[in-house]
Amino acid sequence: MIKHFINLEWKQYFRSSYWQKSLGLNILLVFFALYFIVVFLILGFGLLPILKKVFPDQDPFVVANGFIFFWIMIDLLMRFFLQKLPVMSVKPLLTLPIKRSTVVHYVLGKSALSFFNFLPLFAIIPFSIMLIVNDYCTSTALTWMFTMIIVVLIGNFLNFIIEAFSAELEFSFLPLIIFVGTLYGLDAFGIVSMTSLLGDAFLGIANNPIFILVPIAILALCYSFNFKLLKDKLFLDSSLKSKITEVKAADLSWTKRFGDIAPFMQLDLKLIWRNKRTKSSVWIMLIGLLYGLFFYPQPMYRDMVWLFPFIGIFVTGIFLINFGQFIPAWDSGYYKMLMSQNIKYEQYLRSKFILMVLSVAIIFVLSIPYVYFGWKILVAHFAAAIYNIGVNSHIMLYGGSFNRKKIDLNQRAAFNYQGTGAVQWIIGLPLMILPMIIFAILNWLIGFETGIIALILLGIAGIVFHKKLMRIITKRYLDSKYKMINAFSQDN
Amino acid sequence: MIYTKDISKAYNGTTVLKIDELNIPKGQSFGLVGNNGAGKTTYFSLLLDLIKPTTGSISNGEIIVDQSEDWKPYTSSFIDESFLIGYLTPEEYFYFIGDLRGQNKADIDALTSKFEDFFNGEIIGKKKYLRDLSKGNQKKAGIVAALIGNPEVIILDEPFANLDPTTQIRLKQILKDLAEKQGVTVLISSHDLMHVTDVCERIVVLEKGEIIKDLETNPATLKELEAHFAGNLEPVQEEE
Repeated sequence: MIKHFINLEWKQYFRSSYWQKSLGLNILLVFFALYFIVVFLILGFGLLPILKKVFPDQDPFVVANGFIFFWIMIDLLMRFFLQKLPVMSVKPLLTLPIKRSTVVHYVLGKSALSFFNFLPLFAIIPFSIMLIVNDYCTSTALTWMFTMIIVVLIGNFLNFIIEAFSAELEFSFLPLIIFVGTLYGLDAFGIVSMTSLLGDAFLGIANNPIFILVPIAILALCYSFNFKLLKDKLFLDSSLKSKITEVKAADLSWTKRFGDIAPFMQLDLKLIWRNKRTKSSVWIMLIGLLYGLFFYPQPMYRDMVWLFPFIGIFVTGIFLINFGQFIPAWDSGYYKMLMSQNIKYEQYLRSKFILMVLSVAIIFVLSIPYVYFGWKILVAHFAAAIYNIGVNSHIMLYGGSFNRKKIDLNQRAAFNYQGTGAVQWIIGLPLMILPMIIFAILNWLIGFETGIIALILLGIAGIVFHKKLMRIITKRYLDSKYKMINAFSQDN
Repeated sequence: MIYTKDISKAYNGTTVLKIDELNIPKGQSFGLVGNNGAGKTTYFSLLLDLIKPTTGSISNGEIIVDQSEDWKPYTSSFIDESFLIGYLTPEEYFYFIGDLRGQNKADIDALTSKFEDFFNGEIIGKKKYLRDLSKGNQKKAGIVAALIGNPEVIILDEPFANLDPTTQIRLKQILKDLAEKQGVTVLISSHDLMHVTDVCERIVVLEKGEIIKDLETNPATLKELEAHFAGNLEPVQEEE
């Protein structure tokens, strides 16, 4: 049975029109994976000597265990935003003579093979080797290693439990933030010292291998809970039942002032507000607004002026990047209809453009309070906003014409928590890094003002040539019209 | 109104449609029948410029469809559910299509009120999204949306499939009225020979992408069609 499943997925992956188009992206992903593997290897081999140097009077193994709490928290956060439960279209399988439990075991088993579970091994195993090399007891080191592997798997399954619950909510990431925040708070304010508690637990297990049964039990518990959750979902009616949602129509007549693109603006706003996947990009926008608080309060970053435009582009452009990269795939479900209607491509695209520009402007205004951390930050954010409006928005629209992957907004299949994956963030990186490099070089060679002016000029150039750029973009869309219609009418 | 000349469509060397000449005059109700894979949907997709013809061209009211978009204002269509926008209510969808076709809300309300019978009280005012409607009700909404803006050409692919018997009968009346009283050119395809002979003045039979019969509908047409498809029982390739 498992063999059949693997065969099906292989075909689904390689026969989709997406695969052929995204070869470059796949290469990029492999590159990133290699990068992280190297980083983790360095961490694994280097941690013990580094700790010895920094804390010469303490046992480095004990110190390392003190960090495990933070490791787990970061692991959970990263997983939540980047790792998704493998999607499998189960509907055709339900009527076939396959046990439901087989399907669920398969999906869960497949999730254990995720890259997110292999990556930590590149740090854990070298660290254990270093322990043995440094004359720690071999059995201690091995027990510790296995415990860590089990903890990685616990993180894997715990993440899906959290995702399953949060998928029902509007603020999907809120439960996790509260969970992690509470644990961190308890630790930081010394109410319950999670760091030493977990550290002691790990030391205890390493010294008494019999206690390894405790994490194994937790893992089994997480797995069976996941199993139960998924199995309950694995009925046709849960994906077929018509969820009667009362429509709450908002008054969108203010869009009329945008003239002939008003119908599209209204459609886009409804698109964003009425679909879970698009709605989450609005919440991410608000979270992104707080991203600066990560850096600016720390004096260490306040001197790294070259970083400001990067943060500025990220903060003001997060919606643009999140929403923009799926133009026109958001409309893929009814793309055929749009193409047979009496519409002008240019109006359709301009509506998306205005939406992105509005989002940048609104976030910039909301981010003005960052001026508290220095006027340079405000100036850098302003330049970044102009750059986003003039350059990145056009790049996003142009890139959209290469979009060949359908987004099924209506999908309510089991196992599908549509959301943001790792790929989405990687696509956004060049958009943020390029202006940062331009600014950093000019800032280093000439000065802060020159760098800012360069970004603003680039942005203004984009705005000045907007009409011309839109003509080029529109032509590009028209040229790939048939290809897009064809790709969007394929499933997967 | 619609003139097809030497059109063909091939995928990887396999020809799926090949029509030398087909002229559909204004105001005709035109039916397209054929087994699966005969090329009905391919023809409609070519007509709507959703796929590119391998050779030849179709003109709609003197305008060649893959060279200009000027045929769009007077042509409307409903091919399948992918023409609907799932996250809108039926009313919002009608208004959206109306906006694209230069109709205001009052025009749309006037039009939809004429179809109260047809909707059977299940479409308007229910505060449900289109994605939450049943297949049949989605189809009703899609068909009515295709009537918005007084189009001169209406293209419907399999309009009778998924509809309940009452609605099928009402739809037949609507389509007949369009062609007879308002001079609209109506193109439909169907697997149901009875419905097509009821509605259409002219029926074209496609087989493996080619026209093999072109009939003026008369009382004997249904018999003739049934005889044709029954006699066809030697192995027929199903491609869909």
